[in-house]
Amino acid sequence: MEGVTKKFGDFTAVSEMDLDIADGEFFTMLGPSGCGKTTTLRMVAGFEQPTTGKVLIDGTDVAGQPAYKRPTNTVFQSYALFPHMTLEENVGFGLKRKKVPKAEIKQRVANELERVGLSREAKRKPNQLSGGQQQRVALARALVNLPKVLLLDEPLGALDLKLRKGLQVQLKQIQRDVGITFVYVTHDQEEALTMSDRIAVMNEGRIEQCADPETVYDRPATTFVAGFIGVSNLMPAEVKGSNEIQVVNGPLVPTPDAAKYSGGEKCFAVVRPEKLTVSLPENAPSDQPGVDGIVESSLYLGTSTQMAVRVTEDVMMTVLVPNASEDARQHLPGGGAKVRLNWLPEHMHLVAESESATAATDPTPTEKVTEGVN
Amino acid sequence: MTIRRRLIPYWLLAPGLIWLVLFFVIPMYYMGELSLKTGSLETGYQLTWAFENYTDSISEYSTQFIRAFWYAGVATFFCLLIGYPLAYAIAFKAGRWKNLMLFAVVAPFFTTYLIRTIAWKTILDDSSPVVSFLKTIHLVPQDGRVLATSAAVIAGLTYNFLPFMVLPLFTALERLDQRLLEAGKDLYASATQTFWRITLPLTMPGIIAGILLTFIPAAGDYVNATFLGGTNQAMIGNVIQSKYLVVNDYPDAAALSFTLMAIILVALLFYIKFAGSEALMGEEEETR
Repeated sequence: MEGVTKKFGDFTAVSEMDLDIADGEFFTMLGPSGCGKTTTLRMVAGFEQPTTGKVLIDGTDVAGQPAYKRPTNTVFQSYALFPHMTLEENVGFGLKRKKVPKAEIKQRVANELERVGLSREAKRKPNQLSGGQQQRVALARALVNLPKVLLLDEPLGALDLKLRKGLQVQLKQIQRDVGITFVYVTHDQEEALTMSDRIAVMNEGRIEQCADPETVYDRPATTFVAGFIGVSNLMPAEVKGSNEIQVVNGPLVPTPDAAKYSGGEKCFAVVRPEKLTVSLPENAPSDQPGVDGIVESSLYLGTSTQMAVRVTEDVMMTVLVPNASEDARQHLPGGGAKVRLNWLPEHMHLVAESESATAATDPTPTEKVTEGVN
Repeated sequence: MTIRRRLIPYWLLAPGLIWLVLFFVIPMYYMGELSLKTGSLETGYQLTWAFENYTDSISEYSTQFIRAFWYAGVATFFCLLIGYPLAYAIAFKAGRWKNLMLFAVVAPFFTTYLIRTIAWKTILDDSSPVVSFLKTIHLVPQDGRVLATSAAVIAGLTYNFLPFMVLPLFTALERLDQRLLEAGKDLYASATQTFWRITLPLTMPGIIAGILLTFIPAAGDYVNATFLGGTNQAMIGNVIQSKYLVVNDYPDAAALSFTLMAIILVALLFYIKFAGSEALMGEEEETR
């Protein structure tokens, strides 16, 4: 996409977007509702036309082309299966329009239904299937056409958590098998981190960061990204010289990131909750940077314990302590205890403040806890 | 408690049932009996099991029967032809004008049926500007007329029954999931193909309901033929009406009414069986 802007009346849904998605990539657009991710997807599909800019597929500008002429297929959030047709007819719909010979259609439809494990249901109508099965039909109906780009609009949004996890793995597997470019839209950061080769984090019609999952998680580019992906532990800091910062209420910490900023500039230091260690001030490791705080709450999550530690009036830090042993858990400092949080300098990363006002205070992601991603 | 609760559905049904028995079942019984009687208004009627009432009247008025179904069929066809695009426009393109346009469709009901048809008589009158315009563009020959032709009766029927076609079509179209149309386009179907493959089949229940609501009353109608047609445009409704109110031949009138009802019923059963039992019942149930 080159310089794509989409306006609805006065409202700018997508603004000056440049995006390059590689062939065969599993690419995810992640962001809160209203950030423009679905609009971007719909512009690639051809349901919306960009106000300005180009949409290039394989080097051809498709902006202005109607959806039915584009080499893309979509898996809709609501599946949008044709209720008056059997699964076979649903899956064969696109091939029939493309005038593929009947015998070939039959073969390809059968293969595709086999791939998604619904061969026995081929003669059924969509409303006789469960939500998860319908989702798989929607996938088969799009994939059977071997599109250049497969667009998925929150395809797992309507399913329950367990089913979603299973389908995430299946989707990734299928994508590897067929080698088709997947463009996946979701607001679920965990889904994005699990499946994607690359993630574009979007906010208010702009891309805040576009990188692989590890980078997005460990080295968020802005406070918005830090807050949206995982739990945000943002410590206000001031840059001192080219290789040191001063953390609020804390020590001077050496970091190569400081070179990107000028001296005296304000920024935020991010440390992920699972990278923090918590201990009583007297037992704290003296060779690691750390800040002091007071434990406000402690939440048992099964695999780990989540502690909220107040560092200053408006800086709260979240710590995830793995529940390695029952004994260790018993000895965690309780509510009201003075503690010190420590981290290794390489686990700290500097981010600039996002331009948008909503960024750092987005309420949804703080409730989510990312597990199993390090 | 439980017995009382179990009786609730029957209590709810009772008013409707009583109404039906009093004003439908009993009159139907008397009409059925009447259709098998002989006699006259002066001498009174005796039940003689006169099945010849049926055979005689059917053979005598077969022309009017055929004409009634022909007119009703053509009018229904035109209603569908005009009604579908209209309903489509109201459902999808009208935007904030939607309610106003729906109101406009229903607005003619605010005047009585009779007055509306008489108004059409004026519109199609030999000296009306409409007819002289049709003559200038040579759609009607210089010495021809519009009133008292089949075209006038069919036009009247189409006009009068159009709302009965538009409303069920509108409901069916409005219920249509727009994302299905997007899915069609996404799967390489052009706008035309999307219409034939997706929109039309999915709005079939509305089409069938509209056809039934239009065809059945149009086939029994006599008002349009009375005011807009001449003697050669009489429909079976006109025959029944004059048998009752002019000639006072009640048994024949009753026999003709029953015949008309039976033909429509049989036609309806065939229609539902072949055209859309699934669209009419099946789809409805499945989408619930």
